[in-house]
Amino acid sequence: MSTLPETASASAAAEPIRVSATPAGSPAGSHPVEAEEIAFDIRNFSMWYGQRQALQDVTIKIAARKVTAIIGPSGCGKSTFIRALNRMHDLTPGTRLEGSLKHFGDDLYGPGVEASVIRRRVGMVFQKSNPFPTMSIEENVLVGLRLNGVHDRSVLQARLEESLRMAALWDEVKDLLNRPGTSLSGGQQQRLCIARSLAVQPATLLMDEPCSALDPIATAKIEELIQTLREKYTLVIVTHNMQQAARCSDRTAFFYMGRLIEYGDTRNIFTNPGNPQTEAYVSGRFG
Amino acid sequence: MEVSPYLPSPGYAQWRKWKSAAVTGVLVTCALAVIAPLFIIIYFLLVRGASSLDWSFFTQLPKPTGEAGGGMANAIVGTMTLLAMAAALGVPFGVFGGIYLAEYGSDRANDWLRFAADVLNGVPSIVWGMVVYLILVVPFKTFSAYAGGVALGLIMVPLVMRTTEEVLVLVPQSYREAALALGIARWKVILVIVVRTALKGIATGVIVALARIAGETAPLLFTALGNTFWNHNLKEPISALPLQIFAYSISPYDDWHRQAWAGALVLMALILALNITVRVLSRDRQSAS
Repeated sequence: MSTLPETASASAAAEPIRVSATPAGSPAGSHPVEAEEIAFDIRNFSMWYGQRQALQDVTIKIAARKVTAIIGPSGCGKSTFIRALNRMHDLTPGTRLEGSLKHFGDDLYGPGVEASVIRRRVGMVFQKSNPFPTMSIEENVLVGLRLNGVHDRSVLQARLEESLRMAALWDEVKDLLNRPGTSLSGGQQQRLCIARSLAVQPATLLMDEPCSALDPIATAKIEELIQTLREKYTLVIVTHNMQQAARCSDRTAFFYMGRLIEYGDTRNIFTNPGNPQTEAYVSGRFG
Repeated sequence: MEVSPYLPSPGYAQWRKWKSAAVTGVLVTCALAVIAPLFIIIYFLLVRGASSLDWSFFTQLPKPTGEAGGGMANAIVGTMTLLAMAAALGVPFGVFGGIYLAEYGSDRANDWLRFAADVLNGVPSIVWGMVVYLILVVPFKTFSAYAGGVALGLIMVPLVMRTTEEVLVLVPQSYREAALALGIARWKVILVIVVRTALKGIATGVIVALARIAGETAPLLFTALGNTFWNHNLKEPISALPLQIFAYSISPYDDWHRQAWAGALVLMALILALNITVRVLSRDRQSAS
């Protein structure tokens, strides 16, 4: 992919204005009309932390094997939203939710659905890289498989290399597999965390501000990686960095005050937003 | 000559220097007063005890009254036995209790548990001895090594529980989340990721608790009782260093007094060794992170 920073305003000036597939000002949740596979089908989803409502009536369809960026100012609910997609809220006492969330047709919060099964299909990479400090690089990649009952050595070995290659880390660490995961640089650690997530073979990978603690070169590597991962995985990325959303996502959803304000093709969101709040945010006037 | 407005007058500077030296002097004196007792203890133990320490002290049983020589081999082994029994009780209950506090319990339940553990940590050790006497000595009509081990183990439980909780809470939430996001069941996340990350801290807590109970005398008076011979059956009384020291130091014989000092020196060395282990463990932990 191009690593040239393409700012929203610059591309707005350079590109002819296209008519959005999403009609301007359409209600949140409508998405580009195409025959495509849907990874997440989310309807009327609301969430509360105790008394405080964090998400209000979010309806959105997230396409499979595409990169969807979630943008919005701090506190808009974007992290809350992405963490609901693999039930990371389960352990936070006092959370309550309404509405339906389906991942490839399966109800994420249906009766009897185990969160651990969901999380094997919907992996997550966090803002701060967090390789397990007691484990080597190899152990970090394989821990998800081992603790889920995979002990076949040839399977583990194959998955180790495959995951590290997929995370564009193999060449850098193939001779250091027994070194602690924490001995790597920040960007390498983040790619190690991506490899660790990929090893359990999820269908979807959620990324919660994966580059916000990284320098520009490490960020560029992760963004490059995102472009290769989209061929096999559905990616949902929360980012504070609008250039990043513009550079590496296919679709963009703009959240504000717990609501999905606008959702559509990234190009349209950045060049021809239908909602004045979206326009104000992507042009940097607030947030 | 022009005087810089930023410099104090010479007299004032002098006064300030004097004040600074005086306060520093007070602080140094206090700091020395804090560590002085340690050196006083080590000094007396070495002066009084080292001369009585010989090979037979570590290999022989106490001699009958009136005979010179003998040693505390049975008391040294007894203390180790009691510590092992206490750890067998205190470590699992303490560690799992700490895991419950850190990872599972509701806020309300935890407040009560924590309060109870803190109260238990403040229970005088002689009270533990009396309670265990009633529960394990009276019904079986005999003092026993078991009763001593249980008394020490019960003292260990709340200590280990609280330190385990403290180190588990220090494990960053992000490791739990990362492991959960891999679809790992929660109990495995806690045992394999969280506890393993905090393992050195937990080990440190256990050793600190062992060092604390190694010197306990009061709870053993009513439980293990003491024994001048080898213990061959844990259902029977067993000797321990603090008990032997106590028995010898209240005796009228100079030879026994010397032995008591030697016993105190050995006990102190044991506790010092445990503390040094803790230092080494926690240094590794700091350098690893």
